[in-house]
Amino acid sequence: QVQLVVPMAVVFGPGSVPGDLPRPLPFRDVQEMEISVNLRTTVTSRYEMRYRSTTSQEEAALAAATAREADAALHLLQDTTLGSLTMYVVPETSSLLPQGISVYVGKHRSALVRAGGSLAALQARLREVTQVMSFTAGSIAAALSDRVPDGQLSPDARRYLKSSLGYEITFSLLNPDPKSHTVDWDIEGAVNRYVKPVLDKLSLVANFSVDSQILYYAVLGVTPRYDKESSSFLLSAHSLPHVINPVEARLGSSAASLYPVLNFLLYVPERSHSPLYIQDKDGAPVSTNAFHSPRWGGIMVYNVEAPASPQASLPLHVDVDMARVMEVFLAQLRLLFGLSREEVPPEFLLEGPGNEGLSDWELDHLLWAHTVENIATVSTTLTSLAQLLDKIGNIVIKDDVASEVYQAVASVQSAVTKLSLGHLHAAFQASKEAVTSSERAFFDPSLLHLLYFPDDQKFAIYIPLFLPMAVPILLSLAKIVRETRLRKKEPTKID
Amino acid sequence: ELLLSPLPTGDVAATFQFRTRWDADLQRGSVSHYRLFPKALGRLVAALGVRELHLALTQGFWRTRYWGQPPLQAPAGAELWVWFQPTVTDVDKAWKELSNILSGIFCASLNFIDSTNTVIPTASFKPLGLANGTDHHLLRYAVLPREVVCTENLTPWKKLLPCGSKAGLAVLLKAERLFHSSYHSQAVHIRPVCRDASCLAVSWELRQTLTVVFDFFSSGQGKKDWSLFKMFSRTLTDTCPLASQSKVYVDISPKNKEKELLEVSPPPTSLHEAVVQGDRKTYAVYDLLSPSLFNTSRSLNVQLKWKRPQDSSEMPIPTLHAQRYVGGYGLQTGEICTLIYNTHPYRAFPVILLETVPWYLRLYVHTLTIITKGKENKPSYIHYQPAQDRRRPHLLEMLIQLPANSVTKITIQFERALLKWTEYPPDPNHGFYVGSSVLSALVPSVTAMKDVDVEQSPLFTSLFPSSDGSSYFVRLYTEPLLVNLPTPDFSMPYNVICLTCTVVAVCYGSFYNLLTRTFHVEEPSRGGLAKRLANVIRKFRGVPPL
Repeated sequence: QVQLVVPMAVVFGPGSVPGDLPRPLPFRDVQEMEISVNLRTTVTSRYEMRYRSTTSQEEAALAAATAREADAALHLLQDTTLGSLTMYVVPETSSLLPQGISVYVGKHRSALVRAGGSLAALQARLREVTQVMSFTAGSIAAALSDRVPDGQLSPDARRYLKSSLGYEITFSLLNPDPKSHTVDWDIEGAVNRYVKPVLDKLSLVANFSVDSQILYYAVLGVTPRYDKESSSFLLSAHSLPHVINPVEARLGSSAASLYPVLNFLLYVPERSHSPLYIQDKDGAPVSTNAFHSPRWGGIMVYNVEAPASPQASLPLHVDVDMARVMEVFLAQLRLLFGLSREEVPPEFLLEGPGNEGLSDWELDHLLWAHTVENIATVSTTLTSLAQLLDKIGNIVIKDDVASEVYQAVASVQSAVTKLSLGHLHAAFQASKEAVTSSERAFFDPSLLHLLYFPDDQKFAIYIPLFLPMAVPILLSLAKIVRETRLRKKEPTKID
Repeated sequence: ELLLSPLPTGDVAATFQFRTRWDADLQRGSVSHYRLFPKALGRLVAALGVRELHLALTQGFWRTRYWGQPPLQAPAGAELWVWFQPTVTDVDKAWKELSNILSGIFCASLNFIDSTNTVIPTASFKPLGLANGTDHHLLRYAVLPREVVCTENLTPWKKLLPCGSKAGLAVLLKAERLFHSSYHSQAVHIRPVCRDASCLAVSWELRQTLTVVFDFFSSGQGKKDWSLFKMFSRTLTDTCPLASQSKVYVDISPKNKEKELLEVSPPPTSLHEAVVQGDRKTYAVYDLLSPSLFNTSRSLNVQLKWKRPQDSSEMPIPTLHAQRYVGGYGLQTGEICTLIYNTHPYRAFPVILLETVPWYLRLYVHTLTIITKGKENKPSYIHYQPAQDRRRPHLLEMLIQLPANSVTKITIQFERALLKWTEYPPDPNHGFYVGSSVLSALVPSVTAMKDVDVEQSPLFTSLFPSSDGSSYFVRLYTEPLLVNLPTPDFSMPYNVICLTCTVVAVCYGSFYNLLTRTFHVEEPSRGGLAKRLANVIRKFRGVPPL
């Protein structure tokens, strides 16, 4: 019942206009696509395309030598509202795109597409590009994963973090053996250099807080297996699930806030267990020596090189190479937010996100998914509240709870209308408000007062009344039964 | 640091103190990084604007009269007092939130702290760390005397230590032994301190203290000898590699000068003399960081042997101690009596007494009498805040001058209020606890005190500021009281329901019978034996039969 509208501009460069255009430029067109999540829920996506030819400034920008420069120059000329896309169609013979590449997706909200003959072929290609840059059926289904029947969901979809108003990111350094290693990490600098830019970008989606800690004598839950060939220790893939539990007890819960926590652990193995490598399912060592746990965080094993001479005095001082560590952690962070770049056709070229760690269209990708998820969450919350009320009639809904419910419904409706108008940012804000007020309504403590006053207790109280009263009634009932039975027999007797 | 001191009665008190200092300004910066300081507490302090936090969880009661002045006493149950930053706008809200979070961290029922047991003392509690303002509106104090302390509180406490319970002194903290003792008190103190001597920057200090009293006289067949292994069933094998200081102190102060009564083994690394709380004490010090200690044997097992049985008659009586009890009879009125002893031979000194009484004991302030040596003793300062039903407890603070060598008796009468039936706790016939009252005093010392380097002396001397050499600060807690309130018979409502229901049912039954019974004349049949007999007689008489 939700309609997602993506405003799109298709700009034809000189010499790239297909011959079979139905109307002269500029004109508008609408394409629709249906994503059915389950029997009752379908999401319609609607691409409102505006076809036009390039302006002279854009022409100049497209004349740049490489696609990257063109992208940078074009960025200044685009409309930059969240969720909108601009496609520049370049001639088939253009040297802007490298050989064999027909689509170039830039850092911002635009892409360069090589013209492919007829309009139909171009439209098919455009559809692929928009799916990469906004949302796919899979990402929407993942956002609505609560409603997708089991078994239909890809395992990837379970990995993504639930949409929330905020996240806490905790970097922990685990040093199980402080006697032999003194580990130092410049976490403050690393966070400022690598994590901050990404989070600044993501601050539109949620609030983030970052902290770090060092834990001593924190050990993994499994003892690694010794491998003689490589004289190293190995953790196999099937033992990884047992690694986290004992560590988690030490991590310290986030007592001061209710946001979900993302844990990134850097584990420096004990001296007696190093070097330690993680094996994947096939038995090959994992190149990053790290793994992630869905919706929880990631762990990386950082091996300390053995000292050259065995007589080197303990403890050994170790400085962690933060660039190497943060590279892994940021990749894991992207994975947890569902920003992997795997399902892209080979003729696509994606520009790297650069310093910010996240391109604009990836942000849109997140926003689309989170908005849809928020709307789904609100409707689930309100439905379950309603179901609860149906089941337990004792619950008192106070005026403020009621107003929160109304507020949530109004916000959801406004989010849905905003989505169908293509205002992604406004829709996301509205959906966030809806989540806040629906949660507040659902978790209001006043709902709990009479929740556990079941009917059988009431009955137990009144049993001293009901039981003696029932005795004469039952006796007379028995008498009636006896009399009717007698009366049935009597006529034969009399006659 | 571990301080082991034999107590006069033959018990042994073991006091652990772990100090973590954090050179960071908690109030600034959005990103926070923790090394040794536990993250859970650090976030709490930063998020809620806490300036000082003191939390103590105690099982048992420190018997000041027999055990002497405690290093750091805590009232039975849970005690929490917090100073907030002046920037905190809604102190009550922050306090509520803080107690809830702390109850989560320490698995204690601190979430029962609400306005009915929170007070704002004006004089008794002063900030112990760096502070310029002492605006008491930023202070909150609460005691939960009913709280039971057990292993589930100890485990999170141990988790706050940088080395956990894996290395260093903390390996001795074995829950099984610690709770097999007559007194167990664990505490967490967070306060800001100077980073260096010039005091230009602020560091945060986390002190975790744990005091246990083992009773060896009764469990050890009348012998008072003890060793680390006997007490904790563990010995010390190494130090926490992160610690910059790790020492064990054993109190071997001679009771009377001429003869040595006890001996410790192995020989201590050094001896340390200090004046602690007005007494000259000698400590045998074992520095765990010095490599020579673990060279000879792999583990350290400090032992103490008494050379000859000690005569218990020469028990020193502490300068200041107090007792409290409930007087009166019946279930309507009662009396709280507090006895404060000043055994100092020639000096009088003032004491601040803080009483927190729950609202269901209605205090009559006009009955407050303070009698010393048969004469009335007028307090020089009284702060009284009356209770409000179900909202605020009574708060009574007094500054009383205690003359030398005297006993002061403070009595106040109260009336027991009736509670609503939902307000009774489970097992109401057990009684209601009234929290300990707090005595704070600067006690003049008997022996002259020389200026000691505060950082050098063991344990708690550095926690309380000492104003000058001639007196020392003492905070004492009296016994918690157990008061019986008139308790209704809780099965009464059900009994009433049963009774009324039965009456109604009986009435209903007879009405029902009356309304539904059909009366019809029974056809006379041949009748029984009596009737036949009567008819036979009637035949004889010539009367028509029945």
